[in-house]
Amino acid sequence: MSDLTHLTISEARAKLRDKEITAAEITDAYLSAIERANPVLNAYVTVTADKARDMAKASDARLTRGEAGALEGIPLGIKDLFATEGIHTQACSHVLDGFKPRYESTVTANLWADGAVMLGKLNMDEFAMGSSNETSYYGPVINPWRRSRLDTVVMPTTHQGDGGFVSAGGARTARTLDNAQLVPGGSSGGSASAVAAFLCAGATATDTGGSIRQPAAFTGTVGIKPTYGRCSRWGVVAFASSLDQAGPIARDVRDAAILLKSMASSDPKDTTSVDRPVPDYEAVIGRPIKGMKVGIPKEYRVDGMPEDIEALWQKGIAWLKDAGAEIVDISLPHTKYALPAYYIVAPAEASSNLARYDGVRYGLRVPGKDIVEMYEKTRAAGFGREVKRRIMIGTYVLSAGYYDAYYLQAQKVRTLIKRDFENVFAAGVDVILTPATPSAAFGIADEDMASDPVKMYLNDIFTVTVNMAGLPGISVPAGLDGKGLPLGLQLIGRPFDEETLFQTAHVIEQAAGRFQPEKWW
Amino acid sequence: MSVDLQTVKRVAHLARIAVSEEDAERMTGELNAILGFVEQLNEVDVAGVEPMTSVTPMEMKKRQDVVTDGSKATDIVANAPATDENFFLVPKVVE
Repeated sequence: MSDLTHLTISEARAKLRDKEITAAEITDAYLSAIERANPVLNAYVTVTADKARDMAKASDARLTRGEAGALEGIPLGIKDLFATEGIHTQACSHVLDGFKPRYESTVTANLWADGAVMLGKLNMDEFAMGSSNETSYYGPVINPWRRSRLDTVVMPTTHQGDGGFVSAGGARTARTLDNAQLVPGGSSGGSASAVAAFLCAGATATDTGGSIRQPAAFTGTVGIKPTYGRCSRWGVVAFASSLDQAGPIARDVRDAAILLKSMASSDPKDTTSVDRPVPDYEAVIGRPIKGMKVGIPKEYRVDGMPEDIEALWQKGIAWLKDAGAEIVDISLPHTKYALPAYYIVAPAEASSNLARYDGVRYGLRVPGKDIVEMYEKTRAAGFGREVKRRIMIGTYVLSAGYYDAYYLQAQKVRTLIKRDFENVFAAGVDVILTPATPSAAFGIADEDMASDPVKMYLNDIFTVTVNMAGLPGISVPAGLDGKGLPLGLQLIGRPFDEETLFQTAHVIEQAAGRFQPEKWW
Repeated sequence: MSVDLQTVKRVAHLARIAVSEEDAERMTGELNAILGFVEQLNEVDVAGVEPMTSVTPMEMKKRQDVVTDGSKATDIVANAPATDENFFLVPKVVE
């Protein structure tokens, strides 16, 4: 393939080691792609071209010396939530105006130590609060996928590489693209859009209620939220500390495994970082899943779910069954309470975490007649509507007289949600299969979502349980809906059993094929 | 439970966010929509259930009680909107 930006990380890694390509070449290819596409897609908020070229040069030197790291010369995009030393780090909020940290997050430091190249900082919902990337101070990100009308033309042989789609049966489907712009999901919308549009080989992302898995599902990419404690939170701008986890978004399952291995570590700087060795996730890819017990939770069949999603779920079940897995019906009775409990716990933690943005130590300051007025004006001007809404909810549920009724009740419900999963795993279930999202990508400035915040929150209905229970979850593309938009399936695993997720997700990927948007941008 | 305009203004002040009359009115509706949504938690029987304090059972890590960091005053104030010789500058707080 001539276009270097279309190589997967594993393909690029092999070509770099074999000296077929250089880190400088692949980095330049991505920088040119970003220059052309970013004015349209708005995936990057800062491009660090000079730094990328310097890092690529250093990578080429190490490759020549035979000292290549696990990600040597691989160009990555970094979500704006990760502190990067001397470089724009604002969680896409106005309140962190001009903030350039004097330190590096542990996750990004791990990536650079393995030789990765930084292309720039990726757009996201402000402070990771949102499911459409529309709450960013830097404007919405556009999904490279568009709806289309489908006409099927049966081809005599399998045909690939001309911008069309290829399905397993060798039928080429010609699509007429619709002009409506769609959201990439959120909060890691820039990460998902950039990976899907070939503007980076892979990206870092974070997930508090579904912010890796939902955008991955909306863009036909693979996203994994590892177990709470697997990736260090040090240097990641905090939203809800008991739920936040970093993870990668990548173009295939193997690439996600490669990235997670580098991102994960035991970190003395994060007291919730777990002290256990990071497995070689890539090693499990291709291992058979024969005899594996796959749970299908009946509570994930919700009212108003599109038929396409139900059909895709059934397909996923069939694929795993064909691969020798045992399918069992399970019940997670407290599922419907996960989202309401989340909308108490997450805002409560956010209201506390975001108290630090006061116009004194960093970022924006709006003057006032006294210090309280300065705080109030700074925060009024610096935070967007959704962030203010969540700070207000959090402040209210933690305020005197309401703490027990809301916060304590929600934390008790959270214990029950976690217990549901523990019971299922104790009964021998190895992995749980669910849809990743209740819909495909929706339009920018969708009126329904804009008029009712709760409608937007419902995007996370299938993903949020996983954060509440601290479990690992992966979203893997599994098909296209009737309008040609990607849909994902989610696999949920036992704590620290990311290996089973990669192993099983790879089986789905093999059966479903890979999906990429037709280029219009 | 629902909030009225007065409560919204009080909470905004607790959260140190200046709100206009119009903001407060809009927020009252939005906050009530969210509080209405979370109301369903009351139907869950939580008798004898411990509130979650840690999502993964883990022992709190402790560090050696030694100095490992410091002498970074310049770094710490580097991003502040107003400073004077490694101090943060704020409006007068004591008359």
